[in-house]
Amino acid sequence: MKVISWLMGLLIFIVFFYFNFFVYDGELLFKLINVLLFSSLLILIRVMLGPTPADRIVAVDILGVLIIGLLALFGLHYKESFFMDIGLIWALLSFIATIAFSKILEGRRLDE
Amino acid sequence: MNDIIGIILICVGIAFDFLGVLGLVRLPDVYNRLQAATKCVTFGTAGILLGIIFMQGFNNFGFKALLGIIFIFLSSPTAAHAIARASHRSGIPLAKVSIIDKYEEDKELKRELTEEPIGEK
Repeated sequence: MKVISWLMGLLIFIVFFYFNFFVYDGELLFKLINVLLFSSLLILIRVMLGPTPADRIVAVDILGVLIIGLLALFGLHYKESFFMDIGLIWALLSFIATIAFSKILEGRRLDE
Repeated sequence: MNDIIGIILICVGIAFDFLGVLGLVRLPDVYNRLQAATKCVTFGTAGILLGIIFMQGFNNFGFKALLGIIFIFLSSPTAAHAIARASHRSGIPLAKVSIIDKYEEDKELKRELTEEPIGEK
């Protein structure tokens, strides 16, 4: 059973990379953005089926860091710099949320 | 020339991002997932922003990317340390394959050192 699920995951990865880099006919920047979006999908899967609350907090924290790179690539394509403002604000809010969640998980209050 | 260096840096950063997320999905434990994901994704995003600095030069976009790198390097280890400490103190168990737990030994040692003189008095 473990081997079957492992092989299914490997097959999904191979199909994604084949269709992204050899079948899809777009710019190079769009292919790189597709890889980052696929990574975000994997993070959301970990958020859904993480067994403990700490797993979900780790996944949301990592998503906040990954979004900065994604928005930077969007800004590089549209030649606008306000995407970086959105990314910085997202990272700031994600950092504060992570600190607050970890303090609640530890059992302390927020003003301690 | 700057565009080629920037594209290479962006590709390396996206490879680090993807491998870190793969570690987040595949590894068996909270601590292993934290260790794989935080370092790889931080370095990968810093690589992407550094490539953007190479491609854009020091206009407003480049300075915002530099600010993003500084902010990530300050905030991400802090958040990782807070999560690791909180999850160990709230009693989330380690994976079955792990063989050593230095933090638990350290806490037991501190408890012995603080409780023995009180018992003698």
